[in-house]
Amino acid sequence: MADPASFINWGLLALSPPGWGGVLLSGFVASIKIAVGGYAFGLALGIGGACGKLYGGPILRDLMECYTTIVRAVPELVLILLLYYAGTDALNHVLGLFGIGTVDIGGLAAGIFVIGIVQGAYSTEVLRGAIKAVPAGQIEAARAYGMSPFKVTTRITLPAMLPYAIPGLSNLWLIATKDTALLAVVGFSELTLMTRQAAGATKSYLLFFCAAGVLYLALTLVSDVFIRLIERRARRGFVEQS
Amino acid sequence: MTEPATPDATTHAMAFTPEDLPTSDSFFKPHRIVLLLLAAALVFSIAWFMRWDWLPRYLPRLGQGILVTLAMLVSTSILGFLIAVPLGLVQVTGPWPLKALAKSFCTVIRGTPLLLQLWLLYYGLGSLFPQFPAIRQSFLWPYLRESWPYGVAALTISFAAYEGEVMRGAFAGVPAGELEAGRAYGMSRWTVFRRIWLPRAIHRALPTLNGETVLQLKATPLVATITVIDVYAVISKVRQDTFITYEPLLLLALIYMCLTAILVLAFRTLENRIPTRGA
Repeated sequence: MADPASFINWGLLALSPPGWGGVLLSGFVASIKIAVGGYAFGLALGIGGACGKLYGGPILRDLMECYTTIVRAVPELVLILLLYYAGTDALNHVLGLFGIGTVDIGGLAAGIFVIGIVQGAYSTEVLRGAIKAVPAGQIEAARAYGMSPFKVTTRITLPAMLPYAIPGLSNLWLIATKDTALLAVVGFSELTLMTRQAAGATKSYLLFFCAAGVLYLALTLVSDVFIRLIERRARRGFVEQS
Repeated sequence: MTEPATPDATTHAMAFTPEDLPTSDSFFKPHRIVLLLLAAALVFSIAWFMRWDWLPRYLPRLGQGILVTLAMLVSTSILGFLIAVPLGLVQVTGPWPLKALAKSFCTVIRGTPLLLQLWLLYYGLGSLFPQFPAIRQSFLWPYLRESWPYGVAALTISFAAYEGEVMRGAFAGVPAGELEAGRAYGMSRWTVFRRIWLPRAIHRALPTLNGETVLQLKATPLVATITVIDVYAVISKVRQDTFITYEPLLLLALIYMCLTAILVLAFRTLENRIPTRGA
């Protein structure tokens, strides 16, 4: 049995139950769901946070600074644990006040919540940098034309900051997909935890971890293709730097 | 990967860096004093009303855990940086097979989660090694049976890949004229590299380098999942022993914030010692 083909048992990756391929794929789908949800939630927080940091009053600005500082100085793993327990506890406490009894919020919602809070701080910083990179003259010109602040935001600031924000935001998307792996530590059944269970049950650790690695890598590479397209569109009309 | 037009921007968004340090006079504004008082009240009530009676018992172990975390951080950052320099250099000047190899290494490592790499090394290789008698009898075996070499390996590889990308940009960004000037003075290629190219590249990469080091600190608690007893693992033990949820985690967050602050201060001192023209 020295044949190398028997060393790797590809049957373990089969989609139907004797194989674990289906389990891995369902974990992969869960990972993508959390990444998309967390990224979208984070982006919403980021837009609010960036506006708060740039245009808010002194107190709001300081509070935002605290938020981003804490998230940027404390490991994601610790934040995820804290938010996971604190989030579910706080929700149940609030529901208890209204007399609705406790609910067990699903792992998906909790995962999206914690990834979103972490991503929110990162995208706050990215968007703040991008908004500050918009030449002040363009905004002044818009004001001089008599645009309202809202119109200035939607017509000038947001479109003009996009080329500056997209490299950072696309990096954040790739980071969001990888941060979902951290949820394995709180026992959420996403790809990494599923892989570990499959590997532990079959004892073929290398095969399953490599398979999961290929899935993550494929997600990154496919995202990269789309990012290139988006970037090219956002940068149209820009003078290409040599 | 996404073009490194602004790798610093993303690193800066994710890691606390010296530019974010508050200046001493920035505290003396009326609203800040009020906010500071509120924060002090919050800290006081956390210290007063929550349970901290477990703390004295675990203090020695916490100290050891912090030392393990720092040892992990320092050793993997230095090793990773030593690998990152050739990785970056090869991508700028190397022959194409080496260039492709270095690029695919960076892409694969940066495209998969660190936790997965860590488990691949620990569970995968760790289960493979005992099957080879040659490895079991070698002098390395006592180390390979421990878990920390796998943690060090995974963290080093990941730091090398991220930093290799940064060094590539830094090497490529050193103005060609400076290198040509070195050549014109009759320096050998090695001397040009040692005296001009490498120092200039490191100087250019320094702001990103310190952000990446903070990110590396933020990545170290992952080694607790493979039974390395760092500060995170000590806190997990506290939580298991005492069934207290929040207090240990809050303390852990505080410890990491202090470590980050120390790291950032150290980097600022280092940066200030490097002379720059003008400014």
